Amino acid sequence: MSLRGKAAIVGAALAGCGEAHGKSAMEITVEAVHGALADAGVSLCDVDAIATCQPLDMLSGLTLAQELGLNPRFTMNNRMGGSSFLSHTLWAAMLLELRLADTVLIAYGSNQRTASGKLMTALGLPTYEAPYRPMFPLSSYALAADRHMTQFGTTREQLADVAVAARAWAQKNPEAFVRDPLTREDVIASRLVSDPLRVRDCCLVTDGGGALVMRRAETAKDHPRPPVYLLGGGEGTTHRDISEMPDLTVTGAAQSGAAAMEMAGVRPSDIDVVELYDAFTINVILFLEDLGFCRKGEGGAFVESGGIAPGGHLPVNTNGGGLSCVHPGMYGIFTLVEAVRQLRGEAGDRQIDGAELALAHGNGGVLSSQVTNILGSEATL
Amino acid sequence: MEKGPGPDAVFAAKLAEGVFEIQKCGSCGTHVFHPRVICPACGSADLEWVTPSGKATVYARTVVRRKPERGGDYNVVLVDLEEGVRMMSRVDGIAHDEIAAGLKVIASIGEGADGQSAVVFRPEGGAG
Repeated sequence: MSLRGKAAIVGAALAGCGEAHGKSAMEITVEAVHGALADAGVSLCDVDAIATCQPLDMLSGLTLAQELGLNPRFTMNNRMGGSSFLSHTLWAAMLLELRLADTVLIAYGSNQRTASGKLMTALGLPTYEAPYRPMFPLSSYALAADRHMTQFGTTREQLADVAVAARAWAQKNPEAFVRDPLTREDVIASRLVSDPLRVRDCCLVTDGGGALVMRRAETAKDHPRPPVYLLGGGEGTTHRDISEMPDLTVTGAAQSGAAAMEMAGVRPSDIDVVELYDAFTINVILFLEDLGFCRKGEGGAFVESGGIAPGGHLPVNTNGGGLSCVHPGMYGIFTLVEAVRQLRGEAGDRQIDGAELALAHGNGGVLSSQVTNILGSEATL
Repeated sequence: MEKGPGPDAVFAAKLAEGVFEIQKCGSCGTHVFHPRVICPACGSADLEWVTPSGKATVYARTVVRRKPERGGDYNVVLVDLEEGVRMMSRVDGIAHDEIAAGLKVIASIGEGADGQSAVVFRPEGGAG
């Protein structure tokens, strides 16, 4: 049995992106839920399964049920870091296909920017890393970038070009948090934090939330907006701590992407628009390679000089990504919301003409969890 | 399984005595670090403590940039031990910018972030 095309996203919304002064993480989450239910034309009492993952609340699935006044048949609280929401969609599709649930709500929210000004996390340093004081999570990604540069000759300029492309997309997105011009030189002149990564290699610290409503494909067209079908999904978990990652140049995206594309029956060259979890510039290079958009070691050349920017050969992170649009600590759900908007043709100045097939990819931990979703319009069924 | 402290506590106790040991699987021969209850290569619980050669090669490195008044810059590395296991550590006795993947280093017991014993490395045959 395949899950291809069996379930669809029928509602999607964002809330509190950028700065949401005076609001709690759960309040932002519920605002996103309210928006997604309205977008789907679904009433709250029809929701019979929920999924969430909040940065500090270990029992956030229970908190969400309580806030919404729901007694769901299933409550999913899977915690894999920022990739969690792309796993929630797969579990949602399974519940729907097995008729264990009829309407699944997936939601997230964080107030980390206005509440603390930095990444809010319940995680401490791992036992065997703490004595050496790596910055969490930045130094883990810095080590991966260093290794990629050593092994493949990836350049400082190529890393910068990922951030420059994200900014160019953000300038087309009125909802993006940072839209000032950004050049390769600006990135390379920004403050060095953990070699080789500089401030402009790092994602934003913002508030924000997002929510999705999923239903079975057979009822997906009973809603106001065009359904976005889940065509494929896959996961890969290679480690928790960076010192345990088998090869710092190969992520679990190689596994998750291959599984997702096999289920969907598509190849990388078929994909119209790509939304990747860009917590740091090196992520995009690693994921483009591991997902098969270019060969291993060639990600730097792929992104160089506008390769993934507007007008480049592959549109990547069309909302501006975590680097320039929004990053409240767990970015995964934003890859899905942007993919939905592109496939519905709602993306305004940044719309990819004729976008029918999208790839959304989430990262969790320190390159630890990788989850890929392939989404398509009705034409791709 | 034996009663008594688990592998994390055994490792920490040895390290506090100035002894750096890793595990080796009695079933498949794989060396194991960090310390575990069962071998991640074959699942056997027959793990014994062995003394590694201390020889290692830097796999990747970063330098955390800190202002001098906050303690200054320091390096963080991943090293591959000769026995085939990887660990996070620090390389002392060399300028941060001279540390790069491929550098041959040797283990010693030094001091970690909060003053506890920690395995650190120095350039093999180098000064310092």
